[in-house]
Amino acid sequence: MQGSTWSDGIVGLLTGLGLPEMLALGIAYGIGAFILVNFGMISALLLIWITRKAISRMQDRLGPNRLGPYGLFQTVADAAKLISKEIITPSQSDFLAYNLAPVLSVFGALMLLAVVPFAPGLIGVDLNIGVLFVVALGSIGVMAALMAGWGSNNKYALLAGFRVVAQLLSYEIPMVLSILTVVLLTGTMSFGRIVEAQSLTIGGLNLGIGWFGVMMPAAMLIFFISSLAEAELTPFDLLEAESELIAGFHIEYSGMKFAMFFLAQFVNAWILSALMAILFLGGWQGPGVGLPVIGPILGFGYFFVKAYAVYVLQQWVRGTFPRVRIDQMMYFAWKVLVPAIVGLIVAQAIAQKLPFPDPVIYAIIFVANIAAIWLVATMLQRYIKGESLRTKRSFEPTSLIGTMQEAKEYAMY
Amino acid sequence: MPFPLPPLPTIGQLVFTGIALFTCASALGVVLARNLFHGALALVATLFGVAALYVMLEAEFLAVSQVLIYVGAISTLIAFAIMLTRSMMYGKTSPLNRQAGKTGLFAVLIFLALFGFVQSIPWPASAAPVLANESMIAALGEQFVTNYVIAFEVLGLLLLVALVGAVMLARDN
Repeated sequence: MQGSTWSDGIVGLLTGLGLPEMLALGIAYGIGAFILVNFGMISALLLIWITRKAISRMQDRLGPNRLGPYGLFQTVADAAKLISKEIITPSQSDFLAYNLAPVLSVFGALMLLAVVPFAPGLIGVDLNIGVLFVVALGSIGVMAALMAGWGSNNKYALLAGFRVVAQLLSYEIPMVLSILTVVLLTGTMSFGRIVEAQSLTIGGLNLGIGWFGVMMPAAMLIFFISSLAEAELTPFDLLEAESELIAGFHIEYSGMKFAMFFLAQFVNAWILSALMAILFLGGWQGPGVGLPVIGPILGFGYFFVKAYAVYVLQQWVRGTFPRVRIDQMMYFAWKVLVPAIVGLIVAQAIAQKLPFPDPVIYAIIFVANIAAIWLVATMLQRYIKGESLRTKRSFEPTSLIGTMQEAKEYAMY
Repeated sequence: MPFPLPPLPTIGQLVFTGIALFTCASALGVVLARNLFHGALALVATLFGVAALYVMLEAEFLAVSQVLIYVGAISTLIAFAIMLTRSMMYGKTSPLNRQAGKTGLFAVLIFLALFGFVQSIPWPASAAPVLANESMIAALGEQFVTNYVIAFEVLGLLLLVALVGAVMLARDN
C-alpha cells in the first residue's frame, strides 16, 4: 500500500502531540472515513436535486422550485418527511433479511467512495487492487436486493429480486471487461495510478488530456451502458418498473428504510459516473494539474466537473429512452456487449504485444474500437428493423386471423 | 520459576479474536439455522469473516477475490436456488437428518486431525519480506500461464463445459 498524502498531515500533527503512531493513524483514517461518508450522504441530496431538475427540463416542466434558491432545499424537506414517517413492517416479513438489506445496500455504496481519487494525493485508500475492490463490492448490492426481495414476503418484491440478480450479474460482466481494457493498458489496478497514467506531457508540461476515452471510445461506451444497467437507470430500470412490479424489491419498505435504498441508488449512480470519469476521462487530469499549489485544487475541480457531467448524461439518457423488455436486456448484454468487449480485449492484447512503437499500438487500439462501435451499431440497426417489422405485422388485421408469419429472417435470437 | 504474566493483547490480537468469533458464530449459524435462507445469509457472513482474516494477513488480493467469487457469485447462486424452491423458502427445515450421528463423529475426527496437524507441523515462517502487492499479482498471473498452465486451462475448460451444459438444460426443446 502506498502512503496517501492526505493522512500524513493529521498523523504528523497527532504524533507531535505525543500519541502513538498506531492510534494517530487510526484517528486520521477515522476522520477521513467520517468526511467521506458524510460527503456521500450530502451529495445524495444534491444528486436527487440534479436528477429532478434535469428530468423536469427534458419533460418541459420546471421541477422543484419553491424551497430555497432553484428549489435546492426540496430534497432536505423530503428527507425530513421521510424521517418523520412511520416505519411499517410487514407482519410476515423475515426480521433479519428485511432489516439488514437497507443497511447493506448503503454500506456497499458508501464503501466504494474509499477508493475514488478526488485530486492528486487525495484518495481514501489507494488500494493496489482498487478495481477488484469495486467489482467485489458490487456483489453486496446484489445480495442486499436479494435479501430485501425475499425478506419482504411479497411476490412483486421477490420477482424484482430475481430481476436484480439477472440484470446486475449480466451487466457486471461487460462492465468489468471494459475496465479490464484500461487495466491491460496501464498494467495496474490502482485507481490512483490509472489516473496518473492519463497525463499527456508535451515539452515538459503536463497537459493532462491523455484520456483513455479518446483512445478507447468503444470500451468507454460499453462501460457507460453497463453502468446505466448497474445503476438501475431508465433504459434498464426493469427492477423497479412501476407498471410491472409496482416499485421493485423495496416495495414493502417505508420511511427511512426506503430512503436508504434511495440513497444507495443515487450514490451508486454517482460513483459509477465518477468511475467513468476516472477510467476514461482522466479523473483529476486536466490542463495545469502539474502546477505546484493550484494544481491539486484544479484537479479537484476537474474531477467533480467530469463526474457530474457524466451524471447529468446518465440522467439525460434516463429522460430520453423508453424501458427495454427483459429479453432485450439480456440479449443486449450477452449477445452484443460481451462479444464486442471480449473481441476488443483480444485485439488490444495482441496489439500491445506487437513490436511497434507506442503511437502505432495506440492507433491500432483506436481503430479496433471504432470497428467495434460500427459492428455493434450495425447489429442494433438490424435488430431494431426486425423488431419494428414484427410489431407492425402483429398489428395488421390479417395477422389476427392466424396468417401471421414469424419474421424469421430478422429475428436474431 | 515464576510463571510470567501473559502480556496485554495487542490491537491485532483483539481484532483477530473479534473476527474469529464472528466467523465461527456465523459458521455455526450456517449449520444450525432452521430456515435455509438464513443459512445462506450466515454463509455469506462466514465468507466475509474469512475475507477479513485475509485482510489481517495482508493478503488483500485474496480477500477481495474471496468476496468477489464466494459472496458475489456462489452465495448469490445458492440464495437464488433457495428462492426458486418454494417449500424450502418458507418452511422450516430440520438441520439434522438420519445421518447426524455419523456426520458428527466424522466432524469431530476431522477437527482433531486438523488440530493435530496444526500443532505438530513446524510451519516455515520465513523472515523474507513478502512481495509488494502489485508485483505479487503480476507474479501470480505469470505462474498461471507458465508453471500452472495446465491446471489453469483445465479449469477454464471445466467452466466452459458447465456453461454449455447450463445453456443446453435451459433450452426450450
